[in-house]
Amino acid sequence: MFRIGLVGIGKMGISHLAIARSHPGLECVAVCDSQAFLLAGARSHLHLDAYKSFDEMVASARLDGVVVSTPTSSHTRLARAALEHGLAVFVEKPLTLRAEESRALAQLAERRGLANQVGYHNRFVGTFRELRRLVQAGAIGRIHHVDGRAFGPVVTRPAGAGRTWRTKKAEGGGCLHDYACHVIDLMNFVKGPPAEVVGSRTTRIHSAQVEDAVHAMFEYGDGATGMLETNWSDESYRKMTTAVTVYGTRGKVFADRQEIGLFLDSGSTFEKFESGWTVRYITELQEPVAYYLRGEEYSAQLDAFADALSGRPHAHASTFASAAETDAVVEEILALDGSLPTERRRVADAEPCIPSTDELLQAARLYARARGAAARRRMADELRRFKERRA
Amino acid sequence: MSGIDRILFGDNQFFGVNHMSEEKARAQQMRFRDTDSIIRVLDDAYDRGIRSFMCTTHDEIGKVADHVAAHPKRYEGFRFLPGMPYAHKYANMLTELGVVGTLKAVTPGGLVDTVARGAKSTFSRDLGELTRMLVDVEMARFAQVETPVVFMQNVVTDLLLGLGAHQFFAEFADHVHRRFGVEAGFFTMNLPALVDALEQVGIPNPIVCCNYNKIGFRMSGGIGAYDRVLEERPVRCIAMSVFASGAIAPAEAIEWVCARPGIQSIAFGASSDANIAATIELIQRFDGARAAAG
Repeated sequence: MFRIGLVGIGKMGISHLAIARSHPGLECVAVCDSQAFLLAGARSHLHLDAYKSFDEMVASARLDGVVVSTPTSSHTRLARAALEHGLAVFVEKPLTLRAEESRALAQLAERRGLANQVGYHNRFVGTFRELRRLVQAGAIGRIHHVDGRAFGPVVTRPAGAGRTWRTKKAEGGGCLHDYACHVIDLMNFVKGPPAEVVGSRTTRIHSAQVEDAVHAMFEYGDGATGMLETNWSDESYRKMTTAVTVYGTRGKVFADRQEIGLFLDSGSTFEKFESGWTVRYITELQEPVAYYLRGEEYSAQLDAFADALSGRPHAHASTFASAAETDAVVEEILALDGSLPTERRRVADAEPCIPSTDELLQAARLYARARGAAARRRMADELRRFKERRA
Repeated sequence: MSGIDRILFGDNQFFGVNHMSEEKARAQQMRFRDTDSIIRVLDDAYDRGIRSFMCTTHDEIGKVADHVAAHPKRYEGFRFLPGMPYAHKYANMLTELGVVGTLKAVTPGGLVDTVARGAKSTFSRDLGELTRMLVDVEMARFAQVETPVVFMQNVVTDLLLGLGAHQFFAEFADHVHRRFGVEAGFFTMNLPALVDALEQVGIPNPIVCCNYNKIGFRMSGGIGAYDRVLEERPVRCIAMSVFASGAIAPAEAIEWVCARPGIQSIAFGASSDANIAATIELIQRFDGARAAAG
């Protein structure tokens, strides 16, 4: 039994709390939140130790790990503090608002040999796992395009500004950090991270301070391209709906949370699959879980965290390292967003310091964009060589 | 409540809920774009002998309830078994408005502010009051129709179950009994654990509605554990998702579920008169075969 403390009793936190409390390998003993009434509820109804201060909880609750489900802007501080205290860490997605910080956390966790995971639950959905397996096993030949989409009805009318952290860009609100990062992470899960984001646009539909839609195009460095389309102001969807389609030289494969469809071109077969369409459903592809809340994947990801705590890492786990790759794409999307003035192309306020390598690379890309296609190609080659030298 | 019908009609198909296919879900959403199209299917179900409608508290269902209330002769004996809250409405509000903002948006007056102030002495009382008020808000649309059972939706049931906040089950049951004079029911994806929890808080012979299908889809703990609960404990069980969203052939699915003596009722959804008739026929056929076999 591993002793867990949970930070942030919001929408995701309360779900993690219920799953962790029902988990045979985890014992959730303490919670931490800034809202007094939530702490009072946790004490009186759930009989949990409730802390207003994270540091106090970490210092006194004798924990093995923490589950962090606070606004994204606080993830770096909380995850770092927990890791430095020798605790395993599960963080809600996205990991942080800066790829550099995410990479540093991944390195710290690695150095300390501590279990680390990010809440990209789609990696635990049976259909998406099968999608990855088929693509990586070569079922559809060489991949030339990946299409990732997510739509849903979160913001469907103009609302007052800044009501929660999710409506504030600096804290990680908006469609990019809420919806798009899920899709980017799935595309990375299936194909690996892109070599480059070649263009992006964010669009405000109803929100005052954050984007409601994100569109971007990727290059994978092997000739394959990627297209990202996300919109959380689409009322035609009942709830968030995520889908990925991968196109290869021998066919294509489509997956969402319910089904996976494999089309093999005429004359192509793979394993037991004949040419033409084969559609399979989640009912056949999802492993059952001991306790179900909203979807097997939420329980399955905490199973993986419990396993990682026991020293058994999962092949599909969503680690800090993979989440840092996702954050890097998110950051590039922002940096390249032609609809934003330059000073807003960062999430956090720029610190008065010497620009980092990444910032210089971004500046170079922006410059190349402005100078036309030929300059872009030259610059892309330069950047690729530079990255190789650094690696 | 000995009066829960053997066959109940569900409403997932009206709102683009399909656990297997987004495309089918979308097609259904397009087909049931207005209240009239829903009512036409309900009319078919009624004419085939269905008298119980298990529904969400979606706005459209409120309009259906108004229609039924306005035509009492046409719908004699027709009953609504609403499940609340309509979870996705609140899930999206939670993202947009936060916990406190959502509560403020759905409840009148300054109650939430009182709760949010968090004085520990009044916390439990206020939270109970808040829960009751949420139930009343959701029930307002059903004031003019018969509602023999009021259900707690599975997201809420299973959340409270996982958290260990089981006392709210008793509060809910108590409130719907006192305020509306009816019994509480519980949707769940975790039947064995829920029956234990309900018994602990003094709900010994609960009405539960859970997945029950031949492939064990969304039956946490597995078919064996579910069967044992129904064999060993007093539970009034309504089986749903008996076709596992279409993964099991209809006759095979119904034959399997009808053979389980612990299952009192079967809920199903269908969009056409032909499918309604076919499903009712299957249930009656396999029930008849079982009765004949003694």
